[in-house]
Amino acid sequence: MQNAEEILDGTFLEVRAKLLEVAATLDRIERAQGDAGDFSDLSKKRREKVDQAIGILLSSGSDRAERLQKLFSREYEDAWRNDFGI
Amino acid sequence: MDYIDPHIHMVSRTTDDYATLARMGCVAMSEPAFWAGFDRGSVDGFRDYFHQLTDVEPKRAAQYGIQHFTWLCINAKEAENVSLSRDVIAMIPEFIDRPNVLGIGEIGLNKNTKNEATVFLEHLDLAVKYQQQILIHTPHLEDKYQGTRMILDMLCDDQRIDPTRVLVDHVEEHTISEVLDRGFWAGMTLYPVTKCTPERAADMIEQVGGERLLVNSAGDWGPSKPTAVPDLIFEMRRRGHSETLIRKVVYDNPIAFFSQSQNFSFKPRT
Repeated sequence: MQNAEEILDGTFLEVRAKLLEVAATLDRIERAQGDAGDFSDLSKKRREKVDQAIGILLSSGSDRAERLQKLFSREYEDAWRNDFGI
Repeated sequence: MDYIDPHIHMVSRTTDDYATLARMGCVAMSEPAFWAGFDRGSVDGFRDYFHQLTDVEPKRAAQYGIQHFTWLCINAKEAENVSLSRDVIAMIPEFIDRPNVLGIGEIGLNKNTKNEATVFLEHLDLAVKYQQQILIHTPHLEDKYQGTRMILDMLCDDQRIDPTRVLVDHVEEHTISEVLDRGFWAGMTLYPVTKCTPERAADMIEQVGGERLLVNSAGDWGPSKPTAVPDLIFEMRRRGHSETLIRKVVYDNPIAFFSQSQNFSFKPRT
């Protein structure tokens, strides 16, 4: 099995490329924002989610992927069966 | 390495794909009934589709030495039409004894609506009545977490359901543990954008181990890659995993799960 250094070195260029894609996309959004005006409520929420996701990436732990998935998920309500009458 | 793709929609693939899969080591596959890219208008549309799944595809696969199995249902997306769904559920017993039918699937939720849940429960009744195994589709993207929890609620509420005969598919990082902890089998789908990559699937195997875990390509009419399972094999080898663990996930586990169906007549290569 690979150790931490081997994983980091082996994936460094791939991670670098993915981070650059995110950075370039955010730049593109910012450049276009002047023309498009304000975001709709939905787009605002999406933009906030992206910032929250970046916050998760900056945190520590070995469950970032799971936390990111939950960030982008609709909430689960225990009482859903009552709402549906099921 | 011989492998089995437990969830691949070959009606959407070319015959060239069968040839490629055979050359990559695919020896068997199971094909759940799913959405065709459009909503079908009548029960006869599904009758023709089930004929394709139980007669046409097994012959097409056999030309390349691949054993083809299938699952029957009306998928969650078309389940929004409850009346049509009931007609299809009533028609499924016409096909349930066909030799390649493993059970009822892929049933589940799509947008987590009341109609979808109603039809899901009626599929469970059908599976119980005919003692069939169950293959479950969980929703995509932002609907997955909520929908998976709802599906698990309905399954666990029904004392007639044996979790060891149910495969919950398309699990990801935020749903895999709950599925396995409740005693079900879990399937990871290697699919661009909406599901998971071979690298993330390998991560999940490292985190939860290989017990009751399957991996599939989905290989449908969308942007998918039918040879995604060999990609996982390659990734696991690259990371230094044992051949025993790799074989367990891509070959032994599908056989163990499918063997609970009386129609699973798989013959290993000698």
